Amino acid sequence: MSESTPSEISVTINGVQVEAEPGEMLIAAADRAGVHIPRFCYHERMSPVGMCRMCLVDVDTGRGPMLQPSCMVPVADGMSVNTESEDTKRAQEGILEFLLVNHPLDCPVCDKGGECPLQDQTMAYGPGESRFVEEKRHYEKPIPISDLVHLDRERCILCDRCTRFADEVAGDPLIHFTERGNATQVLTFPDEPFSSYFSGNTVQICPVGALTAAPYRFKARPWDLEQVESTCTTCSMGCRVAVESSRNELVRYLGVDVESVNHGWLCDKGRFNFESTNSSHRITTPLTRDNDDPRQLLGSDWGSALALAAEAIQQAGPGRVGLIGGSRLTNEDAYAWSKFAKSVLGTDNVDAQLGDGLSAEVVLALPLATIAEACNADTVLVVGPDIKEELAILHLRLRGAATKGQTKVVEIGSTPTGIEPYAHRSIRCAPGESAKALSELLASDDPLAAQLKQGSLVVVIGRASLAESEEPTLSLAASIRAELPHATFLPALRRGNVRGALDMGLAPGILPGRTRLDQPSPALSANWNTVPTTKGLNTTEMLRAAASGDLDTLILVGADPLSDFPDRNLAAEAIQKVKTLIAVDTFITDSVAQADVVLPATAYGEQGGTTTNIEGRISRLTQKITATGSARDDWMIATELAWRLGGDLRLGSKEEIWREIEQVAPSHSGVTLERVESSEAHEGILVQRSSIELDLPAPGTPPVADGYGLRLVSGRKLWDAATTTTYSPSLQPLAEAAALRVHPNDLQRLGISSGTDVRVISTRSTEIITAIADDSIERGTAMLPFNQPGGGANRFIDAAAMVNDIRIETV
Amino acid sequence: MKFFTEENLELAHEIIGRYPKPRSAMIPLLHLAQEQEGWVNDDAMTEIAELLGTTSAEVLGTCSFYEMFKRKPVGKYVINICTTMSCALMGAGDLMKHAESRLGLKSGGSTPDGLFTLEGAECQAACTEAPCLQVNYRHQYRVTPDQFDQLVEDLASSDSDIPKHGVLSQIRQHIPEDKFVGSTPPEDVVSAPVWLNEDGGRE
Repeated sequence: MSESTPSEISVTINGVQVEAEPGEMLIAAADRAGVHIPRFCYHERMSPVGMCRMCLVDVDTGRGPMLQPSCMVPVADGMSVNTESEDTKRAQEGILEFLLVNHPLDCPVCDKGGECPLQDQTMAYGPGESRFVEEKRHYEKPIPISDLVHLDRERCILCDRCTRFADEVAGDPLIHFTERGNATQVLTFPDEPFSSYFSGNTVQICPVGALTAAPYRFKARPWDLEQVESTCTTCSMGCRVAVESSRNELVRYLGVDVESVNHGWLCDKGRFNFESTNSSHRITTPLTRDNDDPRQLLGSDWGSALALAAEAIQQAGPGRVGLIGGSRLTNEDAYAWSKFAKSVLGTDNVDAQLGDGLSAEVVLALPLATIAEACNADTVLVVGPDIKEELAILHLRLRGAATKGQTKVVEIGSTPTGIEPYAHRSIRCAPGESAKALSELLASDDPLAAQLKQGSLVVVIGRASLAESEEPTLSLAASIRAELPHATFLPALRRGNVRGALDMGLAPGILPGRTRLDQPSPALSANWNTVPTTKGLNTTEMLRAAASGDLDTLILVGADPLSDFPDRNLAAEAIQKVKTLIAVDTFITDSVAQADVVLPATAYGEQGGTTTNIEGRISRLTQKITATGSARDDWMIATELAWRLGGDLRLGSKEEIWREIEQVAPSHSGVTLERVESSEAHEGILVQRSSIELDLPAPGTPPVADGYGLRLVSGRKLWDAATTTTYSPSLQPLAEAAALRVHPNDLQRLGISSGTDVRVISTRSTEIITAIADDSIERGTAMLPFNQPGGGANRFIDAAAMVNDIRIETV
Repeated sequence: MKFFTEENLELAHEIIGRYPKPRSAMIPLLHLAQEQEGWVNDDAMTEIAELLGTTSAEVLGTCSFYEMFKRKPVGKYVINICTTMSCALMGAGDLMKHAESRLGLKSGGSTPDGLFTLEGAECQAACTEAPCLQVNYRHQYRVTPDQFDQLVEDLASSDSDIPKHGVLSQIRQHIPEDKFVGSTPPEDVVSAPVWLNEDGGRE
């Protein structure tokens, strides 16, 4: 035994020899060996605490067997473990009897009943009856500890899972053990709710029914639920989820633990926005304009609506039609729309991004990193949106890696972010000047410069502010490529499956498979009718063309430019000027309400297929429920439209589409349908190849601020006026109205006190908004969330400007 | 709403400065809060959380763990009568009854004038001097009912050197800055402790 090297430790569990890693806890080694040790507090993604004592087993290290908690005992060579001894059984019975002393046994009315570890383990390991005949502890039940989570302290067995999660994983220790001894209970501070973006995870990991989620309370019983594994498409992280439904209605999502992406965690937005799929506001039937009163949208049938749409597209001709959107789509649907536009219509005016990201050529050409690589890199440079707000689980992963010392997070930005408290360094710069800040750092003798130059480096890159053009970020990317050529990138893409849509060619100048227009693969040339020869317009250019009367028909595929395009005024002008607006969507958004033809599409949970996350990881979406009303999958709509325009997409099912993608898209070659449908897709299939060469423009300099104005910075919040949030009744109240945050000195200079309404003036609009003094904002800048209920920054932004300035006045 | 007085706030910063991690100053700051008001209210916990860069819930967790941090107002003098074995044998029960009738309240209650709070307590480690009690954690030995009355009179007429509840010591120690923890690493430490690493011990 003493011969073994430190990398091999051998322990005997129930007479079977098991190899284990040094430092591994006994319970984890037993799990790998297929020996189940009952537990409540132990969770493989959190540090062990030994709170519940349920995992006591007989451990013999040469001095005779002794009961020890297997979650707290690291394996040691030669250890002999018995998980089924008489002593172990007596310990398990004793612990369960203790745990049940105060547990109310209200299982028949408890949401956890039927999937409750306490219930299950009592059945399996419990004593059968209790000697406790006295009165149990009583508390008010349940109390809301946040808008989404209810706490029943009577059911709580004090395992420390939720409180540990809040502190260790989420970094929001807003719930804590209070009091002592028999009075110990989990509580928030009075009037300070557990308002964490990740609160729903505590409900999932609670081993009893103490924490329940408001959207699921009394909705279903576990034995009524059907479950499929799928991927969340709320943002572009691609977290794995279990989608659960009861009676053809989505009732719950659970995080699925995959090593590559989410470690089992979900953000509350992704976890609870299933409510929107069930919403009664969904579009259930095609809608067209009433002939008598064109202000009205009237229910129609698919035949007439498609005919109207086809006619409008036909009349416009390929040069005067554009297609915006695609991030809601699966890869297959995106491919169908891409083929529809480029091969049947013959137009290259398509863009899945809404002028809020980086050019598709850049996104598709950046050398990619994985999330795991980022978490283990010497340095992660974050230059882009506040990832806690926009890619919440990436924030969770990077925060975890930073607090464990696996990596050092360095950020360059102009406003405070959620990762700042965990950052090794936060470099503040004026909006639009991040490239300059980086160059200055690299030219200095700061030790950080050497670290960036020598160590492994992953850059999380995205449009930092929606109030600046992509130019400053591209300048930064150019200087990173020039000075830190070893860096790899994680593009911080906005919205669901943007990566997949770009991969499928939903961008000007791009063909499916990360290729340029002029390099179609032979398979693609064989499959497609035509391939556009000249590069088309992106969203900004399309809207500009529409506004000046150069586009006749706009097709919005799950896009709402009025809410999501940075420049609302331009979008409004475009929508007003365009002759026919066709919208394929799930809800009547601001833009859809202006459409002439509305075609209802299936929503999340109603469609199968694949999706691709920021790393280029392809994972499966699974259909769980039937589509609402007569809503159809996007690929069917594209195929129908094509057929009416005299083209045939020759696509008959999602499987057929994937087979074609695998053939025509060079980057996806080898990722066969069989692989996508295999267990390999559980962790996701990484596709990082690209045949596009990175070509970054030369850096420009942002204009100098005039000294009177404030430079506007804008980003999205997790709780905003996004469609799925708005139509999820539990989430909608969480989005607050927009407030303008300004440095107190700037407010004072203008004679404005914090919390009062001010007139905000930009070249685009003048509106009244509440101003709040915030000393974490740099002087000379103003921060306004992009899309909150009642309005946001998109009213003030001029998409043509590199940076946007505003002025504020007293009302 | 600010809780600490200007003077105490300054002291709070000094106390925080003594520790490599601000959070370590939580209990000293709770004592400081209790010294100021006689008890620890929610505003105090919120402000301590702000000062330490943590959440109020964490401060509440620590504060509520310890019996001697009071989260409800108490009298200027908290009288703890020991009720454990030795004192019980030597008449603590009678003493408690007498105390309740003398002060006109039940154990756990406070007098309306805000002077006294009466509590039963576990062993105070003075078994040879039973029955004993503590006034603001200062011992009184072999207390008879008469002596108890005298004690109450003395306290009420401020003829006593016992400071009000919450004051741990009437001598304020100030630690010079160069003696703060971490300002000079001990010579016999071979490898630097974690809180002296390049991050400055940042959590």
